[in-house]
Amino acid sequence: MPENGASANAAPVKAAPAAPGLSAAQETKRQRTRMIIRAVGMLPVLLLLCIGFHVLSDGRFFTGQNIGIVVQQSAVNTVLAAGMTFVILTGGIDLSVGSILAASAMAGLIISKFPDLGVLWLPAAVLTGAVFGILNGGLIALLRLPPFIVTLGSLTAVRGAARLLGADTTVFNPSIPYAFIGNGALTFIPGVLSIPWLWVIALLVILVSWLLLKRTVLGVHIYAVGGNESAARLAGIKVWAVLIFVYGVSGLLAGLGGAMQAARLYAANGLQLGQSYELDAITAVILGGTSFVGGIGSIWGTLVGALIIAVLSNGLILIGVSDVWQYVIKGLVIIGAVALDRYRLQGSART
Amino acid sequence: MSEPILEMRRVSKSFFSIKALRDVDLTVYAGEIHALMGENGAGKSTLMKILSGAYRPDPGSEIRIDGQPVQISGPLGGRAAGIAIIYQELSLAPNLSVAENIYLGREVSRGGLLARETMQAGVGPILARLGADFTPQTLVANLSMGQRQLVEIARALHARSRILIMDEPTTALSAGESERLFALIRQLRAEGLAIIYISHRMDEVYALGDRVTVLRDGTLVGSLDKGDIRADTIVRMMVGRDVSSFYKKEHDPRNDLKAPAAPVLAAVDIADNRRVKGCSLTVHAGEVVGLAGLVGAGRTELAHLIIGAAPMVSGHVEIEGRAVSIRTPGEALDAGIAYLTEDRKALGLFLDMSCLDNINLAVLGRDAKFGGILDRDKARDRARRAFTALGIRAANVGVPAGGLSGGNQQKVLLSRLLAIGPKILILDEPTRGVDVGAKSEIYSIIDNLAKSGTAVLVISSDLPEIIGICDRVVVMRAGRIAGQIRRDATTQLSQEEIMALATGTEQLDA
Repeated sequence: MPENGASANAAPVKAAPAAPGLSAAQETKRQRTRMIIRAVGMLPVLLLLCIGFHVLSDGRFFTGQNIGIVVQQSAVNTVLAAGMTFVILTGGIDLSVGSILAASAMAGLIISKFPDLGVLWLPAAVLTGAVFGILNGGLIALLRLPPFIVTLGSLTAVRGAARLLGADTTVFNPSIPYAFIGNGALTFIPGVLSIPWLWVIALLVILVSWLLLKRTVLGVHIYAVGGNESAARLAGIKVWAVLIFVYGVSGLLAGLGGAMQAARLYAANGLQLGQSYELDAITAVILGGTSFVGGIGSIWGTLVGALIIAVLSNGLILIGVSDVWQYVIKGLVIIGAVALDRYRLQGSART
Repeated sequence: MSEPILEMRRVSKSFFSIKALRDVDLTVYAGEIHALMGENGAGKSTLMKILSGAYRPDPGSEIRIDGQPVQISGPLGGRAAGIAIIYQELSLAPNLSVAENIYLGREVSRGGLLARETMQAGVGPILARLGADFTPQTLVANLSMGQRQLVEIARALHARSRILIMDEPTTALSAGESERLFALIRQLRAEGLAIIYISHRMDEVYALGDRVTVLRDGTLVGSLDKGDIRADTIVRMMVGRDVSSFYKKEHDPRNDLKAPAAPVLAAVDIADNRRVKGCSLTVHAGEVVGLAGLVGAGRTELAHLIIGAAPMVSGHVEIEGRAVSIRTPGEALDAGIAYLTEDRKALGLFLDMSCLDNINLAVLGRDAKFGGILDRDKARDRARRAFTALGIRAANVGVPAGGLSGGNQQKVLLSRLLAIGPKILILDEPTRGVDVGAKSEIYSIIDNLAKSGTAVLVISSDLPEIIGICDRVVVMRAGRIAGQIRRDATTQLSQEEIMALATGTEQLDA
């Protein structure tokens, strides 16, 4: 970088001229408010929901046991949604995560029944997911096919593969190794603080994703591809590699989700496991404020989004709403929450 | 010219505490072309948005049309008052026909069905009057930018607009298309329309303007009549200071160069057999070479072939005398060639990302620790240094690039390229959509780069710019090199000579 650039007219940065319209400082302030609102995003909604359910259920929501159930229920979706965040940040979509989860769980359970290979079931499940994800990414990046179409195809095809793996039956293994990750808890202070292993895994996934997105070169490249793919290509970014990576991560995390489910249930069924999980994952990402066209969003938002979905499910059961109405209410809350988000963003732009 | 058609008196517009416009007066007569000039952010767009009804002026502002006070509210208000705006980014639907676009929002229907024939018949005479070479049935997607502009004008005339506002109408046009547009604008003036013409380009204002009004920082600086229009006067009014040496060229490859060895960059007989049909050119260290030609001559395409953004069919690139294979823009960067795109919003910047990320994007990998962890301190330092060195005006390096003015955006993009420390810099329309002050700064940056030994290739449609900053000009015409002109100690580069090469003596088939 030459230090001898034009400095004749270079005003000091802080003394930006008081331009008409919006001064730079004011614009920054506004941008910053907007970013904070995006980052905080749905957190107030999550808190309101928790408090609301606590009151309506006569104080049964905020109990150690119930919170344990909520986080346990949100764990798998959090992991899937983390992978989905990578994909949606590049402006893509992955509809196949539910099917990949099922296929990975099947593969894991089958391996776990081999006496000598049993302990390898967990990496096998994760690897299965990664392979499917990389296949998705390869088709999208190298053949330049639209992500929606490719993953819609693999939604069906991988579901078929999952059924094929277990010859269309349910595979059981009551003595599956590492079963503790599905049902056990990590005890920090005996009798006071213990966290379900599923939730520990989910939080680790979020943390690693955050580091990857915000602290590595690859992370910046992911945002760049989502923000402006042509510009990214001209800037020398290997767009194809970024795309294969994000779909690979989504598949890998779906595989991890499959392993978590398998450990929790000691069983997997290629037909039923993970049905429509992709929708919950996409919902969590969108509730978390990630832009559907890519380039904008954060992994913490996704975590909040996944928690909102879990709190809703749990809270509605707690207060005794019937299954049918749960669907209606969940759907409306999702639309309402996003509408509120949009409204607040506009509001912040005005004030 | 008795009664003014449009009078704006004490027009102000505030956004909260900020005054974007302060007591601006503007008087426009029927049958005149009134040029409106000012740097980016001077308030031109705000003023036009008030006329179109997109903004409501502050109380106390007064707008009269034909002497009658009017309130313009909403986009329909502008249309009702007889005001039409031709935007920089054309507002046509490419998937619809010319007639459908002209009637958009005012479709004629009969019994609930679209009356296509009636609409096409209604558009015909207007297209004929404008001398259009396409029919009402033509799909807009099949039209060139110049033809699309004609459709926009036809839409304005069809709505019986009497005041036409044109915002940088030649930005996307070739020289030939611009000439035809100027002829048309003069014809419309003769027909009694009032035309408000917004442009950064001095030559256009010379050629067209009957009067020039200059805005700066939201206030009216003054108006000049035809006889008083002079470039230095206008520039001084616009920037509020003397820009004595607008084009800066202090470097001289003949003096600075120790050994005129092999050219740093040589393109040898490069072709894609579509837009580029066998072009060779060289750029030496410390030299600024201009690549001139009409829009569509294949200059940008040639640049894209050199940097591997498009596949080469034949020919090759040599760097410092050695043939290199460049298949992607990434490989071009590795080979030391950086390219500044002509379309910074679509192909250059990441508008949602911070200036910091935009500036550092190309060197993130090089700076990273442990093979991929961002070095954030280094990135911040680099961005801050770039802000100072290039005079980028923004509150801090963390603001999104999309919020900056055109000139500052261009400097951010330029900083990204300079961060690489390229041997060869290809600049495609480096000052397009950039205000006068920033232009002059960019010229100075180019000059300094050449002084420090960088080989610079400047693609530009702005001939005074090419003449002002280049040592040598290569002219392209219809995909081939038409010739080159060298500046020497005694002769300046001549605009006529370049144009003669660019257009060719005989008629070229498109």
